[in-house]
Amino acid sequence: MYKRILLAADGSKYSIRAAQEAAKIASLVPDSSVEILFVADMSKIKNEVLHSQDHEELELKRQQKLMPVTEQLSTQNINHKTKIIIGDPGPAIVEYANNEKVDLVIIGSRGLNSLQEFVLGSVSHKVVKRVQCPVMVVK
Amino acid sequence: MLEKMKRDWFSNIRGDVLAGIVVALALIPEAIAFSIIAGVDPMVGLYASFCISVIIAFVGGRSGMISAATGAMALLMVPLVKEHGLQYLLAATILTGIIQLIFGVCKVAKLMKFIPRAVMIGFVNALAILIFMAQVPHFVGISTLTYLFVAITLLIVYVVPRFFKAIPAPLIAIIVLTAASIWGQFDLRTVGDLGKITQSLPTFFIPDIPFTLETLQIIFPYSIALAIVGLLESLLTASIVDDMTGTESNKHRESRGQGIANIVTGFFGGMAGCAMIGQSVINVKSGGRGRLSTLIAGLFLLFLILVLGELVVQIPMPVLVGIMIMVSIGTFDWSSFSYLRKAPKSDAVVMLTTVIIVVATHDLSKGVIAGVILSAIFFVAKISKLEVKRQQTSDKIKYDVTGQLFFASVEGFVNSFDFTIAKKDIVIDFTNAHIWDDSAVGAVDKVVIKFRENNNHVTVVGLNSSSKKIIDKLALYHDTNAQLKAH
Repeated sequence: MYKRILLAADGSKYSIRAAQEAAKIASLVPDSSVEILFVADMSKIKNEVLHSQDHEELELKRQQKLMPVTEQLSTQNINHKTKIIIGDPGPAIVEYANNEKVDLVIIGSRGLNSLQEFVLGSVSHKVVKRVQCPVMVVK
Repeated sequence: MLEKMKRDWFSNIRGDVLAGIVVALALIPEAIAFSIIAGVDPMVGLYASFCISVIIAFVGGRSGMISAATGAMALLMVPLVKEHGLQYLLAATILTGIIQLIFGVCKVAKLMKFIPRAVMIGFVNALAILIFMAQVPHFVGISTLTYLFVAITLLIVYVVPRFFKAIPAPLIAIIVLTAASIWGQFDLRTVGDLGKITQSLPTFFIPDIPFTLETLQIIFPYSIALAIVGLLESLLTASIVDDMTGTESNKHRESRGQGIANIVTGFFGGMAGCAMIGQSVINVKSGGRGRLSTLIAGLFLLFLILVLGELVVQIPMPVLVGIMIMVSIGTFDWSSFSYLRKAPKSDAVVMLTTVIIVVATHDLSKGVIAGVILSAIFFVAKISKLEVKRQQTSDKIKYDVTGQLFFASVEGFVNSFDFTIAKKDIVIDFTNAHIWDDSAVGAVDKVVIKFRENNNHVTVVGLNSSSKKIIDKLALYHDTNAQLKAH
């Protein structure tokens, strides 16, 4: 069964809904765990660094973005941890999921910025195409 | 030690070499364009970019960060070059390096924390605006063909990377459009109209200037501004690279490294430079992590200068203008507009003031200094809000003081008391307050003694230990007969 579930999240409302689905699945599987993966977009780092006084504040801001997501899991007592990596969201999620050999990837259908998703081609699409395990895209 | 060297240099050879080559290709248009901004031959920027990257590879504190000739520095040099010429610029570059080396030794990088982010946001925005403004004379009102070339360049640099990323898009724009303009024999201004390219290695020479106090007086103001701006941009870039790679860097070593690189560059005929945000991001994104990437970028750049020198002069100016417009769009912090709405008013004012002063003076260092001073004033104003609450019981009047008591808040403090009270028991409670300086002690004295003049009995309570210390040392009111003196 789905013991290791990877929840790719960016703090958007879609990722919160994805977290709810992750919680549902995880609660059905004994000793399952959910890993929340947040990819800090490399091309936005300049902006993030500029708007934070120091490195600690920057880390805190990223954690805060994920708060509504982690909340979905902690209120249901789902075993979970958070992982923040830096890279290009689509390929970074694919690489992480494949390297870690997770059993299931859950991802929201859109991100924080729907306009950008429209222009750049969606992250979830890349993930569905290239991850080697089942992927659940949450609307 | 040897282990660390190995890790810094050879832990990522393939990624570093490839990224270094990409960076070298991306550096060419910028080095030329920044030379043109500064008003010097393209060689000055190209030599600078080569020297700085190579030296920084060895002495920098942040591996994987790219330093070369930059727009921020070029903009500062404009008046110096215009009035005194290249030789003074080279001397100023050497002096800039010496100042940065001293900054590094004195660990001035620590002072970075006193620069609020509103000032840094203002800094990058002002930089973007200045880079854009510097392009205007090169494309506005020249010819329709010029506008067309700028537009095509912008189209290439923004659209091509969506499909093809192996070669930096600006370079593709340069190659394609230079070829087009040569074959089509279009009437466009070229880099060659603004300066010449020599296909030779940079050589060591001492700038040809009179070694007098007068020379020093000319170059020193420029050098200090260059040193500050260079350090600021380098440390900001270092933080960005730190975060992108999830590693740490030695900011003091980087400051010293920037100094050494600029000293050497000045002696080899290059203009002062610093770390580049855009290029460093390109390097890391292309897989560059180690010092090798920076070294390869410099060496490959020199190779390109030697091989392609003749072609460089044929690059049409509108293409460089297009690339610089892209650089300025990339430099500008577009989230500033939402920042202006969301951030505290005082931060928004600091950011705008920084931008306005830079744009008005064309001097980034002045904007930064003004921004820092203004935010310090705002901070003092904010923290000097002091609250005094009065509570009256049957025989006692109690004043609760909340806030910071110091030179800026004493006036409000003294005015919050009602000195018409007579023959009462008065308690002044400082539990939620802190007494910082001599003026604060003077104010407490003034209040206590004034109350006593009306035969009140005054007690001061709740002083924290450091407030008590300064009161015990300076206050007069312990002596019940004390008169007000000049504090």
